[in-house]
Amino acid sequence: MLQSVLESAGIQAARVESEWWFIFRVTTVVTVIVLAGLAVAVRRGLRGRDTGASEQRMLRYIGIAGAITVVILFAILVRSIFTSRALASERVSDVMQIEVMAYQWWWSVEYQHPEPEQRVRTANELHIPVGKTVAIKLLASDVIHSFWVPSLAGKLDAIPGHEAVLWLRADRAGVYRGQCAEYCGFQHAHMAFVVIAEPPDDFERWIQAQRKTANQPQSPIEQRGLQLVQQRACVMCHTIRGTAAGGRIAPDLTHFATRSTIAAGTLPRTPEHVNAWISDPQAIKPGNRMPTIALAPEDRAAIVAYLEQLR
Amino acid sequence: MSLTPVVQLEVTEDHIASESRALSHSWAQPRGVMGFLSEVDHKRIGLRFIITALVFFALGGVLAALMRIQLAVPENQFLGPDLYNQVFTMHGTTMMFLFAVPVFEGLAIYFIPLMVGARTIALPRLAAFGYWMFLAGGVFLYVSFFLNIGPDNGWFSYVPLAGPEFAPGKRSDTWAQLITFTEVASLVGAIVTIVTIFKYRRPGMTLDRMPMFAWAELVTSFMIIFAMPAVMLASTSLILDRLVGTHFFNQAQGGDPILYQHLFWFFGHPEVYLIFLPAQGLMSTLIQTFSSRPIVGYVALVTALVATAFMGFGLWVHHMFAAGLPEIGTSFFTAASMMIAIPSGVQIFCWIATIWSGKVRLEVPMLFALGYFVIFILGGMTGIMVASVPLDLQVHDTYFVVAHLHYVLIGGAVFPLFGALHYWFPKFTGRMPSHRLGLISFWLLFIGFNLTFFPMHQLGLNGMPRRVYTYLPGLGWETLNLAAAAGAALMALGALSIVINAIVSLRRGEMASRNPWNAATLEWSTSSPPPPHNFYPERVIGSRDPLWDDPPDQPIIEGIRSDRREVLVTRLLDAEPDHRYHSPEPNVWPFITAVFTTIMLIGSMYTPWAVVWGSIPPFITLIAWFWPRRTDINDESYPVEKARPQLNEATGPA
Repeated sequence: MLQSVLESAGIQAARVESEWWFIFRVTTVVTVIVLAGLAVAVRRGLRGRDTGASEQRMLRYIGIAGAITVVILFAILVRSIFTSRALASERVSDVMQIEVMAYQWWWSVEYQHPEPEQRVRTANELHIPVGKTVAIKLLASDVIHSFWVPSLAGKLDAIPGHEAVLWLRADRAGVYRGQCAEYCGFQHAHMAFVVIAEPPDDFERWIQAQRKTANQPQSPIEQRGLQLVQQRACVMCHTIRGTAAGGRIAPDLTHFATRSTIAAGTLPRTPEHVNAWISDPQAIKPGNRMPTIALAPEDRAAIVAYLEQLR
Repeated sequence: MSLTPVVQLEVTEDHIASESRALSHSWAQPRGVMGFLSEVDHKRIGLRFIITALVFFALGGVLAALMRIQLAVPENQFLGPDLYNQVFTMHGTTMMFLFAVPVFEGLAIYFIPLMVGARTIALPRLAAFGYWMFLAGGVFLYVSFFLNIGPDNGWFSYVPLAGPEFAPGKRSDTWAQLITFTEVASLVGAIVTIVTIFKYRRPGMTLDRMPMFAWAELVTSFMIIFAMPAVMLASTSLILDRLVGTHFFNQAQGGDPILYQHLFWFFGHPEVYLIFLPAQGLMSTLIQTFSSRPIVGYVALVTALVATAFMGFGLWVHHMFAAGLPEIGTSFFTAASMMIAIPSGVQIFCWIATIWSGKVRLEVPMLFALGYFVIFILGGMTGIMVASVPLDLQVHDTYFVVAHLHYVLIGGAVFPLFGALHYWFPKFTGRMPSHRLGLISFWLLFIGFNLTFFPMHQLGLNGMPRRVYTYLPGLGWETLNLAAAAGAALMALGALSIVINAIVSLRRGEMASRNPWNAATLEWSTSSPPPPHNFYPERVIGSRDPLWDDPPDQPIIEGIRSDRREVLVTRLLDAEPDHRYHSPEPNVWPFITAVFTTIMLIGSMYTPWAVVWGSIPPFITLIAWFWPRRTDINDESYPVEKARPQLNEATGPA
């Protein structure tokens, strides 16, 4: 999975990557020249022969070096401003809007739509169509977080009471990892997410599937799982559309089994991990907001079976 | 010198001997426990500052080592998230507030009077008060840490994370009050330094003859006075939000978390420069001495210091590029952030020219100065990178910035500091430090530093954020973190070798002469270590590098009383003698005031009433502190015209 500034997969990150290489080359040359100058000076100074250079003459050279510094800095400044402007030109209105609400320590993702029932909510995973710009509206529910997918774009803070918009365009299909970049407390380290860029057709299929309500459980064990979810504390925080679960303060689980990770990128979603997570969330991600709910092992297995069919 | 001699008299050997005895007696350090608490000798206070700050540096280093162990392998269980978050907060807070600022303040308090040729520092009791506040603050922070109320929201304590809703308990209050302690100490140190430089310079030392370190400390002290109130505002508003229910930063009640960031960084960025600038003064000092020639471009270097100080106040927003501020504003701060590279560049060019045209001696302090070039230039280059908004948005809050800031601060400040400590060790102790151990320390630190921090550039580019207590395997971060841990081990050995060097040299080092490095500044004109009154006889300064260029028959200053602690106050620009002043005698009230202020500040974390009732005891002790002395009121020699010092143009013994 990619999480690197230097492996850009979208226009925004690509522009920054090219700026990086420009500044990197210039500063490397400057560093080498200055350190070489120092080495020459030390060698000469160690021999200690009188150079006969007047301070006036040396100051002239210092002035020239200073002037060259100004020119180089100006070039970098201009390059940087051009990059900023190019990035600004990618900010187009009239594109798909995705609202991302950052919580301690996970991401709630909502695809906007004029009709409320067409909106899609998911968590810790964004699907975007390749080659199309999307606008991500960033909000914070509690403290400051920062949304960052290095392969796609620079970061932007989600600040309570403020609204920020980040524009993204993935140019290559793939799975790109992102992570919260602003220290946000206890589990800042485990606040990751993935962005899945896929061809527009695939994306369309995915979002259509997400709009459906949750699968009805088929087997008795899955039905028992749903029953338990609705009886126990799960419904207080989680939503599973089409069931009685309507809590809004924890990840939406309607299509839980389509996601690749659990606990905001902490573990791959396998039945074993889901089981371990439900049995003791605090052991896996200490301090997270999910309480431990006492469940008999067979009840837990039923809940896992139910969750695993939520495609 | 326009000053005309008042009396012509011959200074004989006998006169010098008897005056020296009288001076040693009247400036003698007080004895016993009370004497220890009443100390006003600037050298003792300065050394206390330096040693205390170095102890905190060691503690901060231990915390850093704990972090490197925790991150050496992915999903390590060594420190949990709770402890790790406290450890990184304590590390940053310690290094910024309890090490970097106080250690340079200690150097200033010790060396500024010696460098400007004064018998003591101005306002010595205020300096003593500053030390006790700094010590109290540092002890308070570490006691809190061990009582599990140590701060855990980063050295910046952003709201709302550190606010009342998300940081219950006392941890954030501890941080906010620590800021108050260190602020008081820093402001006091700045005032003392400025007054000493402006009013205590020896006749002949006009502003343009001042040593570079004095210039650097002067500029830094002004920066402290302008920068520190902003963070005091931030931390006090934070504690008000937390304790008395104000809503400065609560967006639900019309407050704003961004306001906090502006206040914090309006201090926070100049903070970097008030660590960096004194070290630039040290660099000029070391390079001049070990190139055996006057520094090239004195005026350019002073201008660079002043320019850096001004620009340093115009860059704070580059810490907030990711906060989504308007673009036209951020581009201004990009330009300012790049512009500040110009004075740094000029300084580096001046030093290279000095080395090029001098006779270089590769002593240990010079090696540290050369290490500065390699490390700081790399840090400066990454500084240019993070000044660019688009690039900063990628590397901000990642290990790239961790690498950048350590290259700038360790390369730019700690390397010159270690060089200077080695350089001034004979002046502190009267004994030479070991050259061989010094070489070992330098190479361990230099290699260890680069091994620790260079890989972090790549870590940041590979997407590793800062302030994470652990990370998952498979993201390409394992090898680089392991290398950093190995480098940290080398650095720890380097620090240990410095301690060993200090202990061994203190006991068995070769005895040091007055001027073992053949330097040009005044602290080397007196014995090692200096006597309590610093200098006698005192000669008028005739040039920028008095120990190299002054003729041996410079006039001797006479007429300052030797039977009590008397100093000569001079005028700001030209250092013409102005009047004599009875410098304060040892006095325990600064200590007692500091104790009561500490009680008030800690009490105010628990009840706002502590501010009301708690300010009464310090008020009473301040009255006692400022109670005038009968001798000064009735002293007939006090009026300025009578107090004109006499300059003796006769040649005393050289």
